[in-house]
Amino acid sequence: MTPQLLVTIAVFAPLVAAMIAGLSGRRIGNVASMALTTGALFLSCAIAWTTFHGVIWGDWPAKFTVHLLPFINIGDFQSNWSIRIDTLSAVMLVVVTSVSSLVHLYSWGYMAEDPSKPRFFAYLSLFTFAMLALVTAADFMQLFFGWEGVGLASYLLIGFWFHKPTANAASIKAFVVNRVGDFGFALGIMTVFWMFGTIQFAEIFPRVTEFATTGWFFAGHWFHAVDLACALLFVGAMGKSAQFFLHTWLPDAMEGPTPVSALIHAATMVTAGVYMVCLLSPMFEYAPVTKQIVTLVGAITALFAATVGLAQNDIKRVIAYSTCSQLGYMFFAAGVGAYQAAMFHLFTHAFFKALLFLGAGSVIHGMHHEQDMRKMGGLWKYLPVTYAIMTIGTLAITGFGIPGTDIGLAGFFSKDTIIEAAYAAGQHNPVAFFAFLVSLSAAGLTAFYSWRLAFMTFHGKPKWAHDDHAHADAHGADDHASHAQIETHSEPLPDDHAHGHGAHKPHESPLVMLAPLVLLAVGAVFAGYAFVEAFVGEERNAFWRGAIFNAPTNQVLEHAHHSPTWLHWAPLVVSAIGFAAAWFYYIANEGMGARIAAKKGPLWSFLYNKWYFDEIYEATFVRATRLLGDLFWKVGDQKIIDGLGPDGASAVSYDIGRRAGLAQTGYVYHYAFVMLLGVLGLLTYAVFQWQA
Amino acid sequence: MTGLLSLTTFAPLLGVAAILVLRLFARSDDEKTVSAGKWIALVTTLATLALSILLVAEFDPANPGFQFAEDANWFAGLHYRMGVDGISILFVLLTAFLMPICIAASWKSIETRVLEYMIAFLVLETLVIGVFCALDLVLFYAFFEFGLVPMFLIIGIWGGKRRVYAAYKFFLYTLLGSVLMLAAILGMIGVAGTSSIPELMVYKFDPALQTWLWLAFFASFAVKMPMWPVHTWLPDAHVEAPTAGSVILAGILLKMGGYGLLRFSLPMFPQASEFFTPLVFAMSVIAIIYTSLVAFRQTDIKKLIAYSSVAHMGFVTMGIFSGNEAGVQGAIFQMLSHGVIASALFLCVGVVYDRMHTREIAFYGGLVNRMPWYAAVFMLFTMGNVGLPGTSGFVGEILTMTGAYGVSTWTAIFAATGVILSAVYALSLYRRVIFGELTNPALAEIGDLDWREVAIFAPLIASTLYLGIYPAAIFDLTQASVDNLVALYSAAIGA
Repeated sequence: MTPQLLVTIAVFAPLVAAMIAGLSGRRIGNVASMALTTGALFLSCAIAWTTFHGVIWGDWPAKFTVHLLPFINIGDFQSNWSIRIDTLSAVMLVVVTSVSSLVHLYSWGYMAEDPSKPRFFAYLSLFTFAMLALVTAADFMQLFFGWEGVGLASYLLIGFWFHKPTANAASIKAFVVNRVGDFGFALGIMTVFWMFGTIQFAEIFPRVTEFATTGWFFAGHWFHAVDLACALLFVGAMGKSAQFFLHTWLPDAMEGPTPVSALIHAATMVTAGVYMVCLLSPMFEYAPVTKQIVTLVGAITALFAATVGLAQNDIKRVIAYSTCSQLGYMFFAAGVGAYQAAMFHLFTHAFFKALLFLGAGSVIHGMHHEQDMRKMGGLWKYLPVTYAIMTIGTLAITGFGIPGTDIGLAGFFSKDTIIEAAYAAGQHNPVAFFAFLVSLSAAGLTAFYSWRLAFMTFHGKPKWAHDDHAHADAHGADDHASHAQIETHSEPLPDDHAHGHGAHKPHESPLVMLAPLVLLAVGAVFAGYAFVEAFVGEERNAFWRGAIFNAPTNQVLEHAHHSPTWLHWAPLVVSAIGFAAAWFYYIANEGMGARIAAKKGPLWSFLYNKWYFDEIYEATFVRATRLLGDLFWKVGDQKIIDGLGPDGASAVSYDIGRRAGLAQTGYVYHYAFVMLLGVLGLLTYAVFQWQA
Repeated sequence: MTGLLSLTTFAPLLGVAAILVLRLFARSDDEKTVSAGKWIALVTTLATLALSILLVAEFDPANPGFQFAEDANWFAGLHYRMGVDGISILFVLLTAFLMPICIAASWKSIETRVLEYMIAFLVLETLVIGVFCALDLVLFYAFFEFGLVPMFLIIGIWGGKRRVYAAYKFFLYTLLGSVLMLAAILGMIGVAGTSSIPELMVYKFDPALQTWLWLAFFASFAVKMPMWPVHTWLPDAHVEAPTAGSVILAGILLKMGGYGLLRFSLPMFPQASEFFTPLVFAMSVIAIIYTSLVAFRQTDIKKLIAYSSVAHMGFVTMGIFSGNEAGVQGAIFQMLSHGVIASALFLCVGVVYDRMHTREIAFYGGLVNRMPWYAAVFMLFTMGNVGLPGTSGFVGEILTMTGAYGVSTWTAIFAATGVILSAVYALSLYRRVIFGELTNPALAEIGDLDWREVAIFAPLIASTLYLGIYPAAIFDLTQASVDNLVALYSAAIGA
C-alpha cells in the first residue's frame, strides 16, 4: 500500500468507527462498539508509527500531502481537505494515536459499569479523528476545523455524565472559553488571508519575509504585520492550551471521566496550541514581539498553575494544574525559539501525564470514586501496581535523572532542555531570563505538588477506613453498580453507597486498566532517552527535515547545549528541595499540611481559590452578559423600539389630538429613541473613521 | 428549456387547483378529503422540488448571466420577464426543498381548515419562487408584496394566542418598507425608461438619486431581513406562527431581504451602497451582538431561536456590503445555511411543542433521558447554529467576516464576538432543555422521534453536513454570477 493510502486510512479509521458505534451502538452491542473503536485506534496507531519511521528514517518522502476534496474555493480563499505529512505531523500522529489507543483500552475497565459505553467510545474516536484532522491540516481552514472539532468532542466528553449539573456547566465553560480563544484565532486567519492572499501553509511560509518589515493596519492602529497575525493566532492557542487568562476551563474539565482527562485534557488536545506555534514557526520566527508575548504568557502560566497546584485537594485537579503549568513550559520554549524543545516536551509529557491521569483514575476506581486526597493515604499496600506506576510518573514529571549522564526519565531530558534554552536565550533577553527563573522555581513547585500528591495518596495513615472492613467487604461485590456515573469531587454517593466514602476497601484495578499503564510507564521512562538526540540533539536537522523553521540568527538550541555545568544540576537541586518539603509536610510531620490549610491564611486561600479567577470572571464577564442581555431585551426592544415603533405609533396617533406639540409629549421613550439614533450615528461615524 | 422556469414557479398552483376541485366534490371536513388534500400538497411540492433540481441540472454554471430567460408582453406595456442566475437559482432550490418539509411537518399538528392551510402554502410557494425568478421590477414587486398575504393568513388563522398582535406588528413594519419601495420603483422606471432588471443592473443612476433609491429599497429589505432596529416583529411572528410557518419565515421569507440587497442595492446603486456601507456595518454588528445577548436571556425556546436568526442575518448584511468575493459568497452561503439550520431548529421546537404544547424552557430539562435521538438531532443543529466547522453554519460566518475584514477590521472584530455569544446562548438553551435529570413529571412519558419526524429531519441533517463539508458544490454554482457582480460593483465604485 502506498504511504498516501495508509495515512488516509489512519485518519479516517477512527471516524468510521465512531460513526458506527455512535449510530448503531445499541444494535451491535457494547462489546462490538468497544472492539470496533479500539481496533480502529490500534490500526491507526500502527500506521502512525509506520509513518513516523517511514518519513524520518525510512524510504517514504520526507513530506507529502494527500489531497482529498476541495473545501472552500472562492478566489484566493482556497482550502482543501487534505492530509499533510512531515516530521512534525508524524510526531503528533504518534502521540495522538498511541495515547488514544491506550485510553480506549483502559476505558474497557474504567467504564465497565457505564450504561452508555457505545456513546463514550464513539466520542473518544470522534475526538481522535478531529485531532488527526487538526495535525494533518495543510491550510488554516482545516486546521480550524480540527481545532473546533476537538473542542466539540471535549465539550461532549466533559458533559458525558449529563445528569451532573457541574459537568454540564463545565462543558459549556470549556466550549465558551475556547471560543474566546477562537475569536482571536479567526481574526488571525483573516489577517493572514488578507496579508498573503492565501491560507495555504505551503504558499505562506516562503513569503513571510516579504512582510517581516511591513506594517498592517488593524483596529485603528499600525502593527508590525507578522507580529499581529501571530499574536492573534496565539490567542487561539491560549484558549486551547489553557494559558493564563483563558485557563479557567481546564480544571473544571475534570468533571469528565478520567480517561477523557488523560487523553484530551492532558496528552493531546491541550497541546494543540503548542503544535500550532511550532507548525507556524516560519511565521513566528519573524514575529519578535509576539515571541516575547508567548514567552511571557508561557512563563506566567507555568508559575501560576504550579502555585495553584500546591493547595488543591482533588487528585485530578492537581494534575490538571500540573498540565497547565507544563504547557506553559512548552510555550516559553517555543517563545524563545526552541520549538524543537517544545515539541520534545510535548512528546514526553504526553506519556507521563497520561500515565499520571490514568494512574489517578486507577486510584479513583480503587477508592470507589473518591477524588479527595485528604480521604486517601496508605494506598500503596492496596494498589501496588498503581503505586509503582504513579511513582514512575512522578519521577518523570519532576525530571529525575543524573546530570552529565544519559540516565534519567523522560522529563529529565525534555524539561532540562527547555530550562537550558531559556537560560541561553536569557543572556540577551530579559523576558527569556524571566522565563528561565520561572522554569527553575516552577520545577521546585512541580516537585512539591507531585510528591505531595504521591504522599497524600499512597503514604501515611489511611484516612478512608472509618468503618469496619467486614461490613465493607460484604458490599464489595455490588458497589460498582453505578459508580461510573458519580465520579466527582463533590457529588454525594447515591443510595446504595449510603454507608459512606470510607466504607469499602480499596482494590487494585483490573489488568485491562493496568496494561495501558505499564505501556505508558515504559514511555515515561524511555521516551526521553530514546529521542533526545533526534528531537533536540545533534541529529535534529536530519530528524525534523525542515518541518520546524529556525531563522538563521536563531541559535538557541546550539547555545543551550553549551550551558554551564551548574545549570545541569540546578533543576535537580530545586526538585530535591521540592521533594524534601513535601516529605517534611506530608510524611515527617503528617497532618501539618492539613493544619496549615485549616488556618485558611491569606496566601493559602489565594492559592486554594486559584487566584480568584472564577470569582472575578463571574463578577465581570458573566454578570455583564446577563445584565446587557436583559437591558437590550427589556429596555431596548420592548420599551424603546416597540414603544416607539408599532406600539407607540398607535398610542401617539391617539394622543396627538389631545396634546399640543410633539416635542413636549413627555414620552421618555422619545428621548430614548433620539439617543438610539445618536448611538447609531456615532457608530457609523466611528466605522467611517476606522476605515480611513 | 424555455418554460421550465415558469413551470417550476407555477407548478404549486396546479396543486391548488386540484385541492379546489377536491373541495367542490367532497365535504371539506371529511377525514378522507383532508387526507387527500395533504397528499396532493405533498406530491405537488415534491414535484416542484424535482423540477427545481432539473433546473439546477440544466443550469450552466460558467455563464454569469440570466438563464432560462422568458420575456412576454403582459398587459399595459408591462412585461413578464423571468430568469435565474447562479444566485437566485439557489433560493429557488431552497424554497422547493423546504416546502415538502413544511407540508410534512404540518401533517398532524394542523387540525382546522387543513385544505385552506395547504392552499396557503402552495400559493406562498409560487409567490416566493416568483420573487427569486422575476426579472421585471413590477413583476418582482407583485410577487414580493403578494407573498405577504398567505403569510399573514398562516399566522393570523393558524397561529397562537397573540396572533393578532403579531400580524399587526408584521404589517406595520412591512407597510413602511413597501410604500417606500413602490415609490422608488416608479421613480426608477420613470428615469430609466425600463422595468427590466437586467437592463437596470447596468443602467447608471445619478449618484444623488441613488441615495434616495437605495434608502427606499433598504427600508423594505431591512425590515424583511430583519435588521436591527426593525427586527422586533420577528420574534413575535415566530412565536405565534405554526411550526411550518416559522420554517418558511426563517428559511425563506427572511432571505428575500438579502436577495433584494444583492439584486438591487449593490448592482443598481453602487455609489450609494458604498456610501452607506458604514451604516450597514454598524447595524449588522449591533444586530450580531445585541440580539445574541437578548437571545441569551429568553425564556421561550422559539423566541430564543428567532433572536438568534436576527444575529445570523447580521452576518449576511455585513457580507453583502463588504462588496468583495469572500463577503458576497459568504452572505449567499450564510442565507442558504441559515435556511436549513434555522428551519431545523424551529422544527425541533415543533417536536416538543406538539407533545407538550408549551415552549417554556423551564418546563423542559433532561429530555435526553427519554428522547436520545431527538437530543442527537438537536445537538447537530445547535452546533450548526453555533457555526461549528463541519456544519454549514461555519462557512458563511467565516467568509462574511473575512469579507468584512477586507473593508473594515473593526467590523470583523465586533462580528467575531458573535462567535462567542452564539455559543453562550445556544449551549445554554441545549443544556436547559436536553441535559440534566428529567424532573418534570409531565415529561415522564414523552416519546422520541417517530418515523415521520425522522423523515423530516433526515434531508436537513444531510444538507447541513453536506454543505458544511463540501461547500465548494455551492460555490461552483454561484462563482460566475458573483464574480460578475463583484467586478461590476468594484468598477462602479472605482475600487
